Amino acid sequence: MSEGHTGHVVPELPEPGGAGPNPDGSAEGYRARHTLPLRVELVRQLRRRRTQVTLGLLAALPLLLLLAFELGSDERNRRSGGLVDLATASGANFVSFALFASASFLFVVVVALFFGDTVASEASWSSLKYLLAIPVPRHRLLRQKAVVSGVLSLLALVLLPLVSLGAGVLWYGTGELVTPTGEALPFGVAVLRLAVAVVYLAVHLSWVAGLALLLSVSTDAPLGAVGGAVLASILSQILDSITALGDLRVYLPTHYSFAWSDVLTSEVEWTDMARGAFSAVAYSAVFLLLAGRRFATKDITS
Amino acid sequence: MPHDGAWSPTVDRVAPSPRSRRTLALLAVVVVLAGVAGAVVWTRADDGPPPVRTRDVRIDVADGPGRDQPVQLDATLHLPQRTPAPAVLVAHGFGGDKDAVAADARELAERGFVALAYSARGFGRSTGQIALNSPDYEVADAQQLLDWLSRQPEVTTDAPGDPRVGVTGGSYGGALALLLAGVDPRVDAIAPVITYNDLGQALLPNAGTTGKITPRTPAAGAFSADGVFKRNWAGLFFAAGLGPGGGATPKGQAPEPGAAPTPSPTQGGQLDQGSRPDRGEAPRTGQPVPQQGPATCGRFRPEVCQAYVEVTTTGRASAATVELLRRSSPASVTERIKAPTLLVQGEQDTLFGLDQSDATARQIAAGGGTVKTVWYSGGHDGGNPGPSVRGQIADWFAFHLKHTGPDPGTGFEYAVQGAFRSGGPTVRVAVADRYPGLDGPDDQGVERRPVALRGPAQVVLNPPGGNPASLSSLPGLGSRLSGAGSGAAALAGGLAADVPGQTAVFTSEPVDAQVLVTGSSRVRLRVSSVPGQPATGEAVLFVKLYDVGPDGRRTLPGNAVAPVRVGGLPADGTPVEVSVTLPGVVRPVEAGHRLQLAVTTTDQGYAGPTAPAVHRIELAGDGQLSVPTVPGRRAATGGTPALPLLGVGIVLAVVALVALGVAVRRRHLDDVHEELADVPLVIRDLSKSYRGGLKAVDGLSFRVERGQVLGLLGPNGAGKTTTLRMLMGLVRPSTGEIRVFGHRVLPGVPVLSRIGAFVERTGFLPHLSGLDNLRLHWAATGRPAEQAHAEEALEIAGLGKAVHRRVGTYSQGMRQRLAIAQAMLGLPDLLVLDEPTNGLDPPQIHHMREVLRRYAATGRTVVVSSHLLAEVEQTCTHVVVMHHGRLVAVGEVGEIVDGGEVAFRVDDVELAADALRGLPGVGAVTPDGQVVHADLGVLPRSAAVAALVAAGVAVDQVGPRRRLEDAFLQLVGEEAVE
Repeated sequence: MSEGHTGHVVPELPEPGGAGPNPDGSAEGYRARHTLPLRVELVRQLRRRRTQVTLGLLAALPLLLLLAFELGSDERNRRSGGLVDLATASGANFVSFALFASASFLFVVVVALFFGDTVASEASWSSLKYLLAIPVPRHRLLRQKAVVSGVLSLLALVLLPLVSLGAGVLWYGTGELVTPTGEALPFGVAVLRLAVAVVYLAVHLSWVAGLALLLSVSTDAPLGAVGGAVLASILSQILDSITALGDLRVYLPTHYSFAWSDVLTSEVEWTDMARGAFSAVAYSAVFLLLAGRRFATKDITS
Repeated sequence: MPHDGAWSPTVDRVAPSPRSRRTLALLAVVVVLAGVAGAVVWTRADDGPPPVRTRDVRIDVADGPGRDQPVQLDATLHLPQRTPAPAVLVAHGFGGDKDAVAADARELAERGFVALAYSARGFGRSTGQIALNSPDYEVADAQQLLDWLSRQPEVTTDAPGDPRVGVTGGSYGGALALLLAGVDPRVDAIAPVITYNDLGQALLPNAGTTGKITPRTPAAGAFSADGVFKRNWAGLFFAAGLGPGGGATPKGQAPEPGAAPTPSPTQGGQLDQGSRPDRGEAPRTGQPVPQQGPATCGRFRPEVCQAYVEVTTTGRASAATVELLRRSSPASVTERIKAPTLLVQGEQDTLFGLDQSDATARQIAAGGGTVKTVWYSGGHDGGNPGPSVRGQIADWFAFHLKHTGPDPGTGFEYAVQGAFRSGGPTVRVAVADRYPGLDGPDDQGVERRPVALRGPAQVVLNPPGGNPASLSSLPGLGSRLSGAGSGAAALAGGLAADVPGQTAVFTSEPVDAQVLVTGSSRVRLRVSSVPGQPATGEAVLFVKLYDVGPDGRRTLPGNAVAPVRVGGLPADGTPVEVSVTLPGVVRPVEAGHRLQLAVTTTDQGYAGPTAPAVHRIELAGDGQLSVPTVPGRRAATGGTPALPLLGVGIVLAVVALVALGVAVRRRHLDDVHEELADVPLVIRDLSKSYRGGLKAVDGLSFRVERGQVLGLLGPNGAGKTTTLRMLMGLVRPSTGEIRVFGHRVLPGVPVLSRIGAFVERTGFLPHLSGLDNLRLHWAATGRPAEQAHAEEALEIAGLGKAVHRRVGTYSQGMRQRLAIAQAMLGLPDLLVLDEPTNGLDPPQIHHMREVLRRYAATGRTVVVSSHLLAEVEQTCTHVVVMHHGRLVAVGEVGEIVDGGEVAFRVDDVELAADALRGLPGVGAVTPDGQVVHADLGVLPRSAAVAALVAAGVAVDQVGPRRRLEDAFLQLVGEEAVE
């Protein structure tokens, strides 16, 4: 409280004037569809340490992998034809390895973070009520936040393979992509296929996004929303590993989480990816509609 | 953000038990999910494969050239749920018995076949001696088993004495299947697994020929006469026939597509019968007393034993032995096989390589038979067929015996094992429409790709005694090692070692794109003696093809080696040109890898010559290796992407429709009373109940006019903050309504933009500076920057340079002032502040009062909540007093605070009351303890005091009667008592 001056100068306040209120009763210059522009929300999120650190880590991960492969190539521990050899067979292989390493957990966490944190963190800072009092209509707030979270998630999803590709090409060249099952794809084709894989991953992870957003509007604790979505993913993965569940496993949202690896074959098998896309879109649609409904009717008490 | 409960209504804080309820809900979901999973596992456990009944039988047969030697065969009949059904005869591998194939038979019975597993003569509990699948013995026995099957009521028959029957078996049993189908037309379909075409070529292979190799099939071998004795394998094979406990069939299961390589249990180094690992039977030991003949011959028939002794001792096969092996080989009958044949051969098999099934396929096709070839990733070195291949075998019988299921066709499938082992699935199956080279002279055959080898002529020597010798494989080692995980499998691939001085090496340039070797490569070599050096007139060479990585690591695919015996080598150094067919392999040679041909004089697995010799080896002709490739597609997994994609479209359409519906409904939300358009705030019958029945606000009604500073006064928990939240559209009223400038307040209605509010806690992004917070907040309104009046707001906040610091570092008071500044952005028509002076120091409080007064003076309206009477008294023009959610009092502050009544504290209450009543214009006078209350009207207090003094009353104190304070103190007092 010692900060700042406390001079007892009360500024001259202008009389109300101008064009007066709009026909809908809103203040001059207010338009519901101009509130919370994407640019503003993006700046709000991008200036958060959380966002910067996450994106930074994703960009750094390929370089860490590269370092690990280069420094850790102790002959005794390096089995001929092992994982390291597969990952370093070519730049495209390096990207594919990075994707395999990140797809089932890291990307889930990142998407859950961006979507789960977005509303819940505003609630925890109490800034949510001031946004809603502007007023940013609730459906619009949710949409703008979802779009920005989606943009950030996509950025993360693209950043990692792009950095991997750059680093991989520099270190391991533009050779053929070689798969564990012994198929080889020319570099150009492989890059295209990996791009398709990233697109599929983006679609697949939409279920995580939907669930995280639903949790985000349901709780004031960002950690609860992010953790809940990650937990659901892990639970689903565990259930998916129980083969006794048989065909029931296709209903698990993570069942098709590795369907994107089907692009890494000479002939792409689209069936599983199409099923995975349907599963993800159906789940995320349900979650998003629930989130919208929940948020529209909710009492904001934070 | 620290939260001071003392100045915040507790009512609002009681409600959020939803959090704990949500935790409960999450828990419930987890429990339900676990329950469902458990139930499913439970029900699936009951839902097992169909039951299989078994019947142990002993079947008497008579065999021998005169069919006069009685033998009793031990067998088990596996019966399916529904009979009669077609039968499948299941024969075991060398060294096994009917128990070794019981699991296979049970599986076939589960698929609806009557499966007869039996022990061949000389094995298990069957009597008789091993005659190596002789037509007079084992084949004759099997024919009589067909007779027996035709008499069983459970077996479908085509004609009397002719059962509907298929035959399958691995290795020794596979050869029986071929031989039986070749001699007995009653066999309707066969599926021989990892077996031989020509036992002579399998045990004494010669992969070199000075002639031309004509077959155009992928894995055709030279099959030249006078081969090199495959000593290690033959020894194992023979030992398996000496008595129980030996074995020459693979252990474990070969990896299959989609399956990660998993360790399978192996039983130490014991070379016992390779039944499925799940059977886990104890190795049998001991040596039974032979029924006849020398103990070294075990259960073999004398002529077989004699042939073996001859070959092992000399390393060469006599004409009689060659004839014996030929008669025991399917090659003698394959051209007569008409039963549809599924040939399953292993890619990891140094005993019966791909060249064996290749020859069988060629011969059956030449005879007009139907044949399909499957190469799987196992073999005698790599494990038994896995569930997928076994399923294929059952499918084969289902189609050809029962005419159910899809047509398996006559194509070609091969498994590709990646060159890398990543812990995930490493095997895929490639499918080709046909096995190349079977369709007669017009067939172009397998695609062959030339790879140029380089290397000068090299001189190699065969050491005396053939020792030390190069190493390519240990019999069955691969399958034993693969059980220990992928690391061991990689070790097996890198096991091969060549002895320097004995090896000539020719290497290719790195390949520029992956080459998928599918079959046996060919190369032409020129071999000559070196004049003046030891020579024997012949050369025995072992030719291998390595995959060499960029770092120089060599892998010998399949651990396979092609032995070549070149005879008639002139001593003067005149070269002999020989065409070599390398072992059939499936190997992806990755880009950047080289192919390397190694020609050595020794191999530990073979009985090479012991006489010293020196040879000169060079590439013949253009020095090109001819590498076979079979373009394959991925095995179809079934299903079409169209339906799920349609589903995606439908889901998206539904979402779009819902969004549209919500948008349309929202259009019609505006509810306006024009006559109230100039009234900042009207609250009517407002109530809010939370779940649990708590009423935070109960029937509240009041009205605020322009220019007023309204104080919302009440103790903590009176419902002030809830009212303000409803005013901001954050909380929905249970009943009643709030109108701001005539517009009904609902979440997100546009009229809210005319309200500036600071309610309860401040809400800033802690990582941004105060200034950035205000800027971003205004940016979020989407309104023009010039309407913000940010300078005035910042001046009111009075934060000075601190506005450039992160809000996270602010004190409570600084945040409070910043929050008020934020509420004032855009100078809203209605300013709502919740306990604005909390946390401010006295000068700041004073300043704030002035600000609010001036604000209202511009014609705008201010609503302030407080639990402090003094605060309201000094700041507000009007007041609304609330308690327990209800309205207690409402009116002008002056009117309520000192509505003309005066309180006199006096010594004599009665006297004072009388004196006051006597004064003109004085209204009601009420004594109350030591105090007299009087409505003085227009009479000045001084006049009243003078009159009292004149009446002899001692006046202690004179002041306005604080009705509001009375009421308020009473309320607060109650609160304190509670």
